[in-house]
Amino acid sequence: MPFFIIDHVSHTYFTKDSTTTAVEDIHLEMEEGEFISFLGPSGCGKTTLLSIMAGLIEPTEGKIILNGKQIKGATPAVGYMLQQDYLFPWKTIEENILIGLKLLNQLGEEQKKRTIQLLHDMGLKHVEKLYPNQLSGGMRQRAALVRTLSTNPKMLLLDEPFSALDFQTKLKLEDLVFSKIKEYQKTACLVTHDIGEAIAMSDRIVLLSRRPGKITKIFSVPEELRSLTPFKTRQHPKFHSLFELIWKELEQHETKSNH
Amino acid sequence: MKRKATIDLLHQQYLQKLTKEKRWIRFWQFFIFISFFILWEIASRQTWIDQLIFSSPTKIFDLFVEKLLDGSLLSNLFITVFETVLGFILGTMLGTMLAALLWWSPKLSNILDPYLVILNAMPKVALGPIFIVVLGPGLTSIIAMGTIISVIITTIVVYTSFKEVDQNYLKVLQTFGATKKQMFMEAILPSSFPTIISTLKVNVGLSWVGVIVGEFLVSAKGLGYLIIYGFQVFNFNLVLLSLAIIAVFATIMYQIVELIEKKLIKNQ
Repeated sequence: MPFFIIDHVSHTYFTKDSTTTAVEDIHLEMEEGEFISFLGPSGCGKTTLLSIMAGLIEPTEGKIILNGKQIKGATPAVGYMLQQDYLFPWKTIEENILIGLKLLNQLGEEQKKRTIQLLHDMGLKHVEKLYPNQLSGGMRQRAALVRTLSTNPKMLLLDEPFSALDFQTKLKLEDLVFSKIKEYQKTACLVTHDIGEAIAMSDRIVLLSRRPGKITKIFSVPEELRSLTPFKTRQHPKFHSLFELIWKELEQHETKSNH
Repeated sequence: MKRKATIDLLHQQYLQKLTKEKRWIRFWQFFIFISFFILWEIASRQTWIDQLIFSSPTKIFDLFVEKLLDGSLLSNLFITVFETVLGFILGTMLGTMLAALLWWSPKLSNILDPYLVILNAMPKVALGPIFIVVLGPGLTSIIAMGTIISVIITTIVVYTSFKEVDQNYLKVLQTFGATKKQMFMEAILPSSFPTIISTLKVNVGLSWVGVIVGEFLVSAKGLGYLIIYGFQVFNFNLVLLSLAIIAVFATIMYQIVELIEKKLIKNQ
């Protein structure tokens, strides 16, 4: 049985004068340790989909199954990292990364030590007592990743975590996140609108259409690219051919939906 | 090297200019202050203005010394300051608690919405006589006046700030399975701290109004009582003295709250 299943999920929002279907009949099965990217234009319902996968929204149809169990409500087994860091400005970095354990009532000495160690592993040293506004964007995003990892989730959801960063920081952080996810053997799901990033990071790429979000195509990233770090993947000749393939596919849908 | 020296020199000149400007501003502020009192004194002595109504700075100062020595001024001042401090702290706390309740239950907030509008629009000091009848003509009624005048507006302002907290902060907490109480304590309340402190500043002023009007009505003790008493016996020296003291202490309180604000929200 697959590790994580998005089982025919649809979700519709209701307002007084309209109904909006954000995602429609999404079905996907993921193996443990797999890295999947959702690639789509804005308005493809990606945030809705991630919120459903995290158990924050109950889908109008379908269900989410993790490790054979249906997800109902937020669970520490799924970690969700937002587009911006959303570190609490009134808390120190240490308080920020320990908030998850504190909320779950698991803040023991050992857990605390492990999380601080995680912070050091991310290359953030001597920042525990600092406040978020004293850190650069890349450092803040790394701290936010530590916060997400602090409760040791099996599944990681990443909602365009690199989109607010400058290009150089983004490339460096891609490599770091990629290697850490492999090191800690997490299953991960990245949402992005950057084709290059999707190819560089993932094993499979799922294309979503605009409003309502539907799966239009799934690409498998070639074996030889999967094991390379994102930075090296970007320079591989196969990277460019896959990039063009996906680009064409996206173009096709663009023109289709415009007519 | 030479270039650095020139820059240093220019910087020196710039700093000098700043200090000079600041000194001028201070001078003018002081000048207005002094000339106001001198003019007042002269106008009063030359009977350009009615001495009975407008008094004069020296007469007020004499009265100040007299009242200070017989102890009546300090006791009245103490009572009024006590009532005001209690009034604005209670007003801010109750207002924040009410706002928390409204945030907790959106249904309750929808139901209470029109009542909040009515209560906010109503001049609260008009409730004074009712307070005096219910709570008795004393300290309690006056503190209640100082509180009620600020509590509704605090509720509305703080509740608005609760609602404006970035939903993504809540989302972060939700992913860790936070309860509603945890979300309130970890995100809603701390991120609204600046708003709460700034309502504290507004409430200082409002509570002075409530307390002085309360003292007018109860007419037993306090600076408000001195004003109304001075008015009734036509002793405007006393009225103006009380006004001057209120001005000084209201300013001091405002400055203290501002200081607290700076200390508390350093990191935001």
